[in-house]
Amino acid sequence: MTQAPAPPVFSARGVTRVYRTGAVAVWALRGVDLELAERELVVLLGASGSGKSTLVNILGGLDLPSEGRVFFRDRELTRASDRELTLFRRDHVGFVFQFYNLVPSLTARENVALVTEIARNPMRPEEALERVGLSDRMDHFPAELSGGEQQRVAIARAIAKRPDVLLCDEPTGALDSATGVQVLAALHEVNRELGTATVLITHNAAIRKIAHRVIVLADGKVKSDTVNTTRIAPEQVSW
Amino acid sequence: MVGALDRKLVRDLRRIWAQTLAIALVLGCGIMMLVGAQATQQTLRDTQAAWYERHRFADVFTGVSRAPASVVADIAALDGVAQAEGRISFAAMLDLDGMEEPATAQVLSLPERPGLNLPLVQRGRLPAPDNANEVALNEPFAEAHGLFPGARFRAVLNGQLRELEVTGWVLSPEFVYTMAPGALLPDDRRFGLIWMPETSAGAVMDMSGAVNQISLRLSRGADERAVIDAVDRVLDPWGGTGAYGRDRQSSHAFLESELQQLGVMAAFLPPIFLLVAAFLVNMVLGRLIALERAQIGLLKAIGYSAPEIGWHYLKLALAIGVLGWAAGAGFGWWIAEAMIGLYADFFRFPFLIRSQGTGALWVGAALAAATVLLGAGRAVWAALRLPPAEAMQPPAPPGFSRGPADRLLAWMQLRQTTMMIFRSILRWPARAAITLVGVSASVAVLVMSYFIFDSVDALSDTLFSQANRQHMTLTLAESRPEQAVRDAHALPGVTRAEGAFAMPVRLVNGHVARLSALQGHFPGATLTQLVDDSGRVITPPEDGLVIPQTLATALGVGPGDHLRVEMLAPPRRVLDLPVRAVIMQGLGQEVHIAAPGLFSAMESAPQVNTIHLSVRDDQIPELHAAIKATPAIAGLSDWSDLRRQFDATLAENLLAMVSIYTMIGALIAVGVVYNAARIQVAERSYELATLRVMGFSRLQVGYVLVGEMMLLTLIALPLGWVMGYGLAQGLVTTMSTDVIQLPFHISRRTFGYATLVVLVAALGAALLVRRRLDRVDLATALKARE
Ligand SMILES: Nc1ncnc2c1ncn2[C@@H]1O[C@H](COP(=O)(O)OP(=O)(O)OP(=O)(O)O)[C@@H](O)[C@H]1O
Ligand SMILES: [Mg+2]
Repeated sequence: MTQAPAPPVFSARGVTRVYRTGAVAVWALRGVDLELAERELVVLLGASGSGKSTLVNILGGLDLPSEGRVFFRDRELTRASDRELTLFRRDHVGFVFQFYNLVPSLTARENVALVTEIARNPMRPEEALERVGLSDRMDHFPAELSGGEQQRVAIARAIAKRPDVLLCDEPTGALDSATGVQVLAALHEVNRELGTATVLITHNAAIRKIAHRVIVLADGKVKSDTVNTTRIAPEQVSW
Repeated sequence: MVGALDRKLVRDLRRIWAQTLAIALVLGCGIMMLVGAQATQQTLRDTQAAWYERHRFADVFTGVSRAPASVVADIAALDGVAQAEGRISFAAMLDLDGMEEPATAQVLSLPERPGLNLPLVQRGRLPAPDNANEVALNEPFAEAHGLFPGARFRAVLNGQLRELEVTGWVLSPEFVYTMAPGALLPDDRRFGLIWMPETSAGAVMDMSGAVNQISLRLSRGADERAVIDAVDRVLDPWGGTGAYGRDRQSSHAFLESELQQLGVMAAFLPPIFLLVAAFLVNMVLGRLIALERAQIGLLKAIGYSAPEIGWHYLKLALAIGVLGWAAGAGFGWWIAEAMIGLYADFFRFPFLIRSQGTGALWVGAALAAATVLLGAGRAVWAALRLPPAEAMQPPAPPGFSRGPADRLLAWMQLRQTTMMIFRSILRWPARAAITLVGVSASVAVLVMSYFIFDSVDALSDTLFSQANRQHMTLTLAESRPEQAVRDAHALPGVTRAEGAFAMPVRLVNGHVARLSALQGHFPGATLTQLVDDSGRVITPPEDGLVIPQTLATALGVGPGDHLRVEMLAPPRRVLDLPVRAVIMQGLGQEVHIAAPGLFSAMESAPQVNTIHLSVRDDQIPELHAAIKATPAIAGLSDWSDLRRQFDATLAENLLAMVSIYTMIGALIAVGVVYNAARIQVAERSYELATLRVMGFSRLQVGYVLVGEMMLLTLIALPLGWVMGYGLAQGLVTTMSTDVIQLPFHISRRTFGYATLVVLVAALGAALLVRRRLDRVDLATALKARE
């Protein structure tokens, strides 16, 4: 292959994160090196407490490492001010969480509008919801939606701003298999059609096969980093 | 278009509307009092200023026994005097149709071209200078008797019975508040003012070319004190009775005293309400933000900046502020309107310059904003500081450490539901503290409000049951030997007559001087007694003075110090008397001495100029007739009637005032308990639903909620009593004016009512919230836990 490798979206160098609570220090990350290429879909695996959420939060500018450097394209996040991090998240990152984190007093459409109102080049909330197959539930409040539907609203909200990266922390963690597949399919499609680089944290090893690459964390370090030679469609995953 | 975040705001507000409303009402109450008092005060002040200015109300007033009219020019020529005017003034007894008892009046001569204290004709015209029988009356008196222009009435003027014709009704800046000399309440039926042309007044009193009252206007920047001293020096040879400024002019002093009390009201209560409102905002917003941790984290995660999020929550607080402010301003105006209407019964102005209390509106708006922002501040700050990553995780479960309190609870072997109450208080001590402070503030406000009635009761009791037990008091035209008392006893229906001697005096200590009245008390008097504000009877000493605390402070004297006592009426003696005792005196500024001691110091035979009577009810008409026919009697005050009026005035307003105070005071308790209980229900619905699932009855579950609120209320009660006591004491100190000193006495009834009202209000609010527990769907309550 003569093609030059695509420049990475994220690159992390020696990222360490120590939580200090009183006298005890918890080493959540111990020197992680990582790169994420444009258009790439990476699955992040690891035992509970291995540092997955911590890493993703740092990549998304929600948290800062204790040591090490993190770059988004050519910008160094580890040097950014609080304000710059806010703008970074606003313009470039979409988050999806295990517990959806929808605003209960806003409808599905309004939850998405929450993002489109402040984003630079958003799609219409309706379009985003359509992409996740929720055109007919737009005016429902979260309490009137099932878990899977709520998670798809969260995905719509994350992609509505046309983010450069999508960071998903156990998006299917609270869902049953069939609903989980719908959510994965939505993510998969966003990655393929919009080319959004995606990091997907999961405890479910079965999901690894839909990714371009699988990274396994153990004890705050990268234990393995494998490129999938063959991928399967989300519909073929089951657990 | 409305942004999604603003839509969330509106929905949040709608969801907690009852709580929002409760806070807004507490806040509004504070604003209402502020705006109401200020609008009333400003209206009265503006009106007063315009009325004084347009009708040239004098700055300094004085009396003389009799002085040639030329002395007025001497006074006008003094440094600092812009204009002076003299007149003749005397008392008259009136005989009016349809009124069996005599009325009294003060007659004032009216110069041909008045330059000061200009009367304003409200109806008819002023009397013609050349018509000896024409007079004008003050409007309220004429109104009370239906004496329209053209009507005639009889009056005893300088001992002669005359028939006078009314030409018109007037108002004067000198008599905004009209009270007979020595009276305690205005009585427009029994006391009137008569304006009579100068020439006829001079003829009646045999005083043509002479004056016995002078008033003057100061030139700009003049020193009132210096002018008063100069005037006193000029008038000394003519029997000057001591010049005084507006501060001692009866009508002005009463108006000022009322305005001062309005100011106190505006300063005293609102801060309590604003503070409680701030606490409530803090409590509600703090809990809302704690509840919305995840949403705040999410907003941060998707790129909202901290200021944007902070502003979002501040807007919520501001919405409460705006609501409270608008309600407060509206009710404030309404209250002001009602109060001005009430004042119109006492204070007679020909016009009203209405003020909306714009200043107070702005101050109120600023205070409302400050209140809610102060309340929101800590909670919002906490929201801003929440690191986004952490906000996404549920808050750490509250730490349960087993402290000594727990060991105590375990030892007490309480039921688990009771245990839950105690644990909840221990777990959220800050919230419990806010509830505690709020409820005790409610008790305190009630104690302070009801205390006013205790104080007035005590005042009335001292005044009528101890200090003045006479039915009537006669004022003699001049001092007489003691034989006059026996003559009075011989009047029809009189069962007891006691003489007294009152003399206007100037008290001097070095450079400080004060006008006052000296009361000579005859030994053995039982109808009137000298009583201090705690109801103790005081026997005036023979060899010195008893003086009220306020006067002692003003003069800088205490027991043992000597005072120079200058009599301002014949025989115009100057005495040097020691102060023997200083007392707290509820009403008035008189100084006291035993009559024998006084007359031996004066080296004269005992004299009387006031006679107190006890009379038989069935002979009162005969007595009245006899008094009307006795020229030596210049005035009559009917104390039994005064007491009836006093009680009637009080009773008339009592119910309305008690209900308003009760509502306002209870509102705090309701607002606090309602909010605290709502938060408990929202926060512990899982816990409480679990109890229901386990088979506890509604009553038992409700007990956990209502029990906690009532327990806090019970703890708050004694705190509130103490706070109320302190507030009442502060109120008495700031409310006391030269005119009236409220006695400090709080009855057990006051504490009892305050307690009862707060208990009922708190229980009501808690039960109202308890009903929400019935509506909790057990399945969802348990599922909603994340
Ligand atoms: N705010 C915090 N304070 C202290 N320790 C923390 C904090 N957040 C995470 N940790 C610790 O850091 C380590 C890594 O946490 P992290 O949440 O990244 O794990 P994870 O891989 O996402 O686990 P899971 O699969 O359970 O979500 C854990 O040991 C955790 O206890
Ligand atoms: Mg995690």
